[in-house]
Amino acid sequence: MLTDSTGAQHSRQRDLASETALRGTPETENILQTVTKREKEQAKGMKGDLVFRYLTTCFAFSILAILALMLYEMTGESMPSIRAFGWKFVSSSDWDAVQGVFGALPYLYGSVVSSVLALLLATPLSIGAALFITEIAPARWGTIIAPLVELLAAIPSVIYGLWGVLVMAPWLQSTVQPFLIEHFGFIPLFQGAPYGVSMLAAIFILMIMVVPIITSITREVLLAVPLSQKEAAIALGATRWETIKMAILPYGKSGILGAAILGLGRAIGETMAVTMVIGNAPNISLSLLSPAYTMPSVIANEFAETTSKLHGSALMEIGLILMVVTLIVNGLARLLIWSVSKSANGGAA
Amino acid sequence: MHGMAYRKAKNHLMNLVMLACTLAVLIPLGLIFFHILKMGVSSLSLDFFTQIPKPTGEAGGGMANGMLGSLIMIGGASLIGLPIGILGAIYLAEFGGSKVSTVIRFGADVLSGTPSIITGMVAYTLLVVPMKGFSGLAGSVALALIMIPIVLRTTEEQLKMVPGSLREASLALGVPFWRTSLKVTLRSAMSGVLTGILLAVARVSGETAPLLFTALGNQFWSRDISQPMAALPLQIFSFAIAPYEDWHKLAWAGALVLVTVMFVLSLTARFFGRSRHSG
Repeated sequence: MLTDSTGAQHSRQRDLASETALRGTPETENILQTVTKREKEQAKGMKGDLVFRYLTTCFAFSILAILALMLYEMTGESMPSIRAFGWKFVSSSDWDAVQGVFGALPYLYGSVVSSVLALLLATPLSIGAALFITEIAPARWGTIIAPLVELLAAIPSVIYGLWGVLVMAPWLQSTVQPFLIEHFGFIPLFQGAPYGVSMLAAIFILMIMVVPIITSITREVLLAVPLSQKEAAIALGATRWETIKMAILPYGKSGILGAAILGLGRAIGETMAVTMVIGNAPNISLSLLSPAYTMPSVIANEFAETTSKLHGSALMEIGLILMVVTLIVNGLARLLIWSVSKSANGGAA
Repeated sequence: MHGMAYRKAKNHLMNLVMLACTLAVLIPLGLIFFHILKMGVSSLSLDFFTQIPKPTGEAGGGMANGMLGSLIMIGGASLIGLPIGILGAIYLAEFGGSKVSTVIRFGADVLSGTPSIITGMVAYTLLVVPMKGFSGLAGSVALALIMIPIVLRTTEEQLKMVPGSLREASLALGVPFWRTSLKVTLRSAMSGVLTGILLAVARVSGETAPLLFTALGNQFWSRDISQPMAALPLQIFSFAIAPYEDWHKLAWAGALVLVTVMFVLSLTARFFGRSRHSG
């Protein structure tokens, strides 16, 4: 048929059309019409392509626009507080909405201590669990445990918080904290009264929450270790543990570090669960048993009911600090994880 | 050099340590499930799905308004977030130069790593302040900001898996590029794209922090997106920290419903994901 659509045939069609147009036979009109219709359609298609291209470009770049807008808004809104307090904002612990004085040190302290300690507990457990799933357990166990762990990573934080405040905190108060006070009370970390809701509760709930994340990423990193690495160690007569220690862990080192840092980013930004179990008291106390406060928690508790413009601005500045910290932490983690998956693909970008 | 017996013993010991780690990971999570099931099932009733919360001190009531509010806001977030995520992904997969794409991809990763409470703050300054009031719309926008990077990254990965020959075949038939992208490439990656969408919906359906100062919550029925709106996670939060036994029960029931919904979404997503690989 003449309605074929490759370029060559199309131009032949056009030649034919002009020829017949010269001759002026009755079919001419018909053919001419087909040709102009095709050309119109093609022009429309090209125009459509152009529009489509611009449209998708806009949407893709909107991601960067959103990020820029977020940073711009946060910075702009924090300016009054930055101007009013300067560096004192992060070094002072006076937080008084009535007096209009804001220092965020207790929140910074609470965020850093809770997430770092949670990470120190969670990382070894996660590495052990990931190694068990990938290297030791029968393959069938792995296929059951791994999706389970991933489902757990998807549980909303408000549900961890619900469990934390109604089940874990009372248990800590009645069992764990009295035990710690009685037997380890000579260490400053475990002095004070058993409140239940405390820094300790926040550390535990954060640990429970980041473990599935670190475990599932570590598992992916371990799966990316080339078989030849393991086989070489096994061929040298290494036991399973020696294979893990000499071949697998060194190869996956930076990826596992990346997984841990990603867990740290998650822990620092975690809001609901921590707000529900940490006790929300702006203390800077060595004792893990006393209630504390974190950056996201103070935002969650106070932002909807700010008493003054400066109060809102101070909370915005906390948000800005939080955003910049997680940006750096996550950026670092991605680079580390990317570097592993890149080298696993034989250096191909 | 250590003897064989020592090395074997160490190997066994480390196996046990790793098993212990796995158990330490799974036990708290098992406990959480146990409690949600135990407390949730015993507090769940038909009222939960049909009633709104009763005033303080009165027994009974449900979270029907919260579930409706969550549905409306997730719908709104999908309307905003899905087109941006999917069309952005088409750009990355079909047009993007490698450098530009890397920057956008990195931006998406950064955005998805941003604490969700920050998206709430941004939606507050962009919508709540100018509109002079908390609203379901602001909640939808905050949730959309969380959905976009997830949808973008999963869709892009799925589009890249579509073989180039399929695109070329369509183009060779004279189909314009944009129709090829939408009707051939996107359609053949559809099950994978759906997986990503479902995962994004599952993720935002449990989000609480971004709604705290955007949707705010509402004790009553709320269908108007320009007004404060109830949401299931918000209700779970405020009922869990309240000092009333009855409210705790409702919070457990809400948690059971929320976890069930999320698991159904995740399993459906997995199902779509799998059917793609086998078919």
